[in-house]
Amino acid sequence: MEFQLDTGNTAWLLTSAALVLLMTPGLAFFYGGMVRVKSVLNMMMMSFGAIAVVAVIWVLWGYSMTFGADVGGIVGNPTDFFGLSGLTDDLSLLAGSGVPAYVAVGFQATFAIITVALISGAIADRTKFGAWLLFAGVWVTLVYFPLAHMVWGGGILGGGENSIAAWLYGSTDGLADLAPIDFAGGTVVHINAGVAGLALALILGKRKGFGKEPMRPHNLPFVMLGAALLWFGWFGFNAGSAGAANDVAGLAWVNTTVATAGAIIGWLVTEKIRDGHATSLGAASGVVAGLVAITPAAAALSPVGAILLGLVAGVLCALAVGLKYKLGYDDSLDVVGVHLVGGLVGTIGIGFLGTETGLFYGGGIDQLVLQVIIALFAVVFSFVLTFIIGTVIKRTSGFRVSEEQEVGGIDLAVHGETAYETIGARVVTEVK
Amino acid sequence: MTKLITAVIQPHRLDDVKSALEAAGVRGLTVSESSGYGRQRGHTEVYRGAEYTVDLVPKVKIDVLVADEDAPGITEVIIQAAQTGKIGDGKVWTTPVEDVARVRTGEHGDDAL
Repeated sequence: MEFQLDTGNTAWLLTSAALVLLMTPGLAFFYGGMVRVKSVLNMMMMSFGAIAVVAVIWVLWGYSMTFGADVGGIVGNPTDFFGLSGLTDDLSLLAGSGVPAYVAVGFQATFAIITVALISGAIADRTKFGAWLLFAGVWVTLVYFPLAHMVWGGGILGGGENSIAAWLYGSTDGLADLAPIDFAGGTVVHINAGVAGLALALILGKRKGFGKEPMRPHNLPFVMLGAALLWFGWFGFNAGSAGAANDVAGLAWVNTTVATAGAIIGWLVTEKIRDGHATSLGAASGVVAGLVAITPAAAALSPVGAILLGLVAGVLCALAVGLKYKLGYDDSLDVVGVHLVGGLVGTIGIGFLGTETGLFYGGGIDQLVLQVIIALFAVVFSFVLTFIIGTVIKRTSGFRVSEEQEVGGIDLAVHGETAYETIGARVVTEVK
Repeated sequence: MTKLITAVIQPHRLDDVKSALEAAGVRGLTVSESSGYGRQRGHTEVYRGAEYTVDLVPKVKIDVLVADEDAPGITEVIIQAAQTGKIGDGKVWTTPVEDVARVRTGEHGDDAL
């Protein structure tokens, strides 16, 4: 196929890629504001560290393992486009919409980065920085690339002829007659990160004082700022996932806005009833819950359906964040409660609210079945592999700082810095 | 002789207390941010459904040195200016001071005020 450059689509994808990359520093603020004064720098560094490690790996073998030649429906061949060699515009995964290969590479890189960064919220205040970087590289290679390949790269969770969907419902001309829907990453990004966060929270164990000492967010304006940056970047995530500057992108944009608005309302009403106040942390959390839920569904729902999905996600995530205290795991910043639960709401919600194949629109239960299958597959796949990777790192390099370093503050212990100069806390006696 | 009047008050009353003391002729004072609790005991805050009891609430502490005979009057001025009538208004107490010196001139006693 001769490659025909489409400047409009290319401009939008370049813009979207930059927007999605901004989400990770945005996440650093969202998470950084939620931790205590003594660990804000470490929290933000985990996001920046994820950018550093994953961007490099993505170019070396990540793109190839995700979109290279299929190996058994599970993963792409890492040598296919190793170091992006041999990748030409006519082989671009967005060649059909006239977007050059490098633009597609850049756009998809940002998804791998944010997915890894999301996990860090589950293990705040206590993770060795080197171990985190090691985990980021290993995890993105063994978990993210295969799952992204299975869903988006022509693997068994996609809509090709060698996919679970084709085996269940048949295929015509190399395409499954009914394909699972994950528009922008409900399974690949959010369920994946949420489950990985749970596995790591279990492996690392609770922070000292969890459930006893107060662990108040130290800077809620940071959290609000981070939520705003995430929302802004998410337009690239969802509307950019249309792969073109077109009507699908427009629908995804509108759905991304109204589902998020609905989730803010859902979260605030839930906590007003339960706790007596509509909080800023609740609003910021509702923003993210709504964005997560609409991610897989952004092009499959009507805007009214998106409002409903957002409301449900806001309520369910607001209820889910309390579970860690009852179940006794320290998912510090609620990666499970927001990303796993929100990802499940969105991915499975398509089976009900999808305008073409959803149960509520007379589409029967086939789509719902497929959505549940890819969601469960992602849960099991991510949990098992993450648990193995995390356990190996814990047993070899160690995953957690010492108790003394954790109590004294991981910023000072690991990075040799403190975020804020507080009066009387420190006297500089010598400047070299 | 000199007395030290210490007042722990609601932070939002600081401006009024300062103006009142100035009007009453007090020419210097020291203010520090502090925290503590009295009968009102802290308050509760809820973050993502997790309830925290905050024992220590923010207060402002004012230290002012006055001549013996002015102490009751100044105490009264502070009470008037700091009072809201609600729980948590704070406390004022007076302690005798053995000596005060002005660093710049070396003056002692009431001359140093």
